[in-house]
Amino acid sequence: MSSQKLVISPAPHVHGSNDTRRMMADVLIALAPALVVSCLAHGWRALLVVAFSVVCCVVFEWAVQKFLLRGPLTIGNLSAVVTGVLLAFNLPANIPLGLVAIGCAVAIVVAKMTYGGLGKNLFNPALVGRVFLLIAFPVAMTSFPEIVGAVSGATPLAMAKEALKAGVPVSEVMQSVDLGDMSLGMKNGSLGEISVVALLVGFVWLLVRRVISWHIPVVVLGTMALFSTIMWGVNPDAYMSPLFHLLSGGAVLGAVFMATDYVTSPMTTKGMVIYAVGIGFITMLIRLWGPYPEGMSFAILIMNSVVPLIDKYVRPKRFGVVKSKK
Amino acid sequence: MKTFPIGGIHPSDNKQYSKEAAIERFPIPQVVTIPLAQHIGAPAVACVAKGDKVLAGQVIATAGGFVSSAIHSSVSGTVTAVDMKADAQGNMKPCVTIAVEGDEWVEGVDLSTTLVKNITLSGKEIVAKVAEMGIVGMGGATFPTHVKLSIPDGKKAECLIINAVECEPYLTADYRVMMEKGGELLTGARLLAKAIGVDQIYVGIENNKPDAIKALQVLAGSYLGIEIVPLKMRYPQGGEKQLIAAITGRQVPSGGLPIDVGAVVQNVGTALAVYEAVMKNKPLVERVVTVTGPKLARPKNLLVRIGTPMSALIDYCGGMDGVGKVVAGGPMMGRAVSNVDAPVTKGTSGVLLIPTAESLRQKPDTCIRCAKCVEACPMGLEPYLLAKLSKKEMYDEAEKHYIADCIECGCCTYSCPAYLPLLDWLRIGKGEVMKAIRARATKK
Repeated sequence: MSSQKLVISPAPHVHGSNDTRRMMADVLIALAPALVVSCLAHGWRALLVVAFSVVCCVVFEWAVQKFLLRGPLTIGNLSAVVTGVLLAFNLPANIPLGLVAIGCAVAIVVAKMTYGGLGKNLFNPALVGRVFLLIAFPVAMTSFPEIVGAVSGATPLAMAKEALKAGVPVSEVMQSVDLGDMSLGMKNGSLGEISVVALLVGFVWLLVRRVISWHIPVVVLGTMALFSTIMWGVNPDAYMSPLFHLLSGGAVLGAVFMATDYVTSPMTTKGMVIYAVGIGFITMLIRLWGPYPEGMSFAILIMNSVVPLIDKYVRPKRFGVVKSKK
Repeated sequence: MKTFPIGGIHPSDNKQYSKEAAIERFPIPQVVTIPLAQHIGAPAVACVAKGDKVLAGQVIATAGGFVSSAIHSSVSGTVTAVDMKADAQGNMKPCVTIAVEGDEWVEGVDLSTTLVKNITLSGKEIVAKVAEMGIVGMGGATFPTHVKLSIPDGKKAECLIINAVECEPYLTADYRVMMEKGGELLTGARLLAKAIGVDQIYVGIENNKPDAIKALQVLAGSYLGIEIVPLKMRYPQGGEKQLIAAITGRQVPSGGLPIDVGAVVQNVGTALAVYEAVMKNKPLVERVVTVTGPKLARPKNLLVRIGTPMSALIDYCGGMDGVGKVVAGGPMMGRAVSNVDAPVTKGTSGVLLIPTAESLRQKPDTCIRCAKCVEACPMGLEPYLLAKLSKKEMYDEAEKHYIADCIECGCCTYSCPAYLPLLDWLRIGKGEVMKAIRARATKK
């Protein structure tokens, strides 16, 4: 019997069900409801943009690893697929496919692989791709297809910002906005951000599968709500209501899916809260007084850059440092 | 329901394989090999030689210092060798080998199953008896029990905690003792409480063992000051510091000992051994061992004489077919065995047979900073960071991030979605840091 070869390794000898690939697959499942709503609103064009974006991201990652890094191939872990879907979710559904390809190249080649690939990048790749396109191709990135039954023209956020700047009182702006439609998906905007309800269904899935904790999404949205409530309370004629801010733009998409990216968010719960407050705060600063109607992408990227600092100074709560009760 | 404050994981407990199997007496083998170092501290010193006749329960090695323990023969027969033998990991260790002849015990040992509850000895006498009978911590750490019962000057014990958590998946040895020998167990607990001069006893049991909670609650009614505390199932609740925090709410300070918060923790198996030592005059020569595994034909809880080869137990329960890894202890903290012919010792709580398919580790991937390890660490450390520092040999930095607090429970490695061997690195780093701390202490 002693001649039988046995495996020897240090404890633990069992492993949990956590697995990079499984967690990425859960993120994709969580994104599915929003994709379905987007297809209902935009037709097959939405699906085409998402599929094209995914293919580009996977091919770029594979090519960089195969021909430039000549290292192991990691596209099997599905992280490039997630980046592809998230980037597409941040684009207008009628964007030319050429621009999608450029965005994917920036996201994968520049924002992810130059840092060393998955786990090493400082900034959220999908958002780097998106912001690059926004700055380089502002017109294509801000002309949204009109959704049947929705207000025509720009996004509710952009429309409200223009109107308020022109001195139109909030009550009048609100006449052209239906908050119920906004939460269900009847609003103009980026492909994946239009239905708050669908995104929240995805959030619940992520919580149930314990892929993320509630801290970042809730604190981001909470901070935005607090900030906008204060401004709205000060002058309800010049500032939109907190509900409008939470339902519009990329607030929920950003808070649930972009800000929670593992690689570019802090490692401790305390750190996550600080990071999330920063995102909510900067988003509102940009929305209320900045040059862009929406500030979520910029806010997340700015806070991404602070993450190493947060991780250096914010330590988890240790066992055995509280004073023992007498 | 109570539990510990930080971190932890929920592995499937897999106790269903062996939990209904009543404790069964394993036949005495033809030869036993009894190691002289079955405890933490100095090895015992052999006091028998080749050719000597010994009886079961006879001292064959005396304690090699204060932090050491006496060793008794588990069988009657003839000593055939006092030499070096390979232990479960293949390291050569001093052992006494005895060829078994019959089953004759030394005089004075009460082998009956009558429950004796009446405590007549003083605390000091109990501690002396525990030392004489070679009792060590039977949860796996094997720290000599009489040392743990000797409260250092200036400290005061306030409560005794019986660790009935058995949070390691698969293991059911303690559970069976609770179900079948509850009276002995609680009497043992009273003896331990008297030894350290306290009245209050807490027995911590996780809520995945409701029948054990119920059974002991009924029995506890006829004892003074014994409270059964149900705990919410969560690993590593059986860790000494976690258990104290779960039950008393007090956290042992970083670098401190349980006695710093007035607690002494003893395991179920140890309490039973103490009962038998004091009330039955029986040294620690046998213990309950869970032999289990997902593919094993007949998982069992066996009462085994110390020195019985593990391979004999495995054969008895269904053999090694399809087994890729053998673990002495539980799957979270047990040690992989390379030599299955090595003997069962005082610290062997289980023999776990892992099928070939689950034996090899997955290939590690890259860290995606998911923070699962930070969330899981019951000591509130940052395993990802400590592993990185340890890999880069930055031990000073690792010390500043409290690597010495690591209890090696394995929660980090268990939770890592990239299958990184975090605890392997932490162990290496902790070893270096402890070495440096000791070196500094001797310089001063």
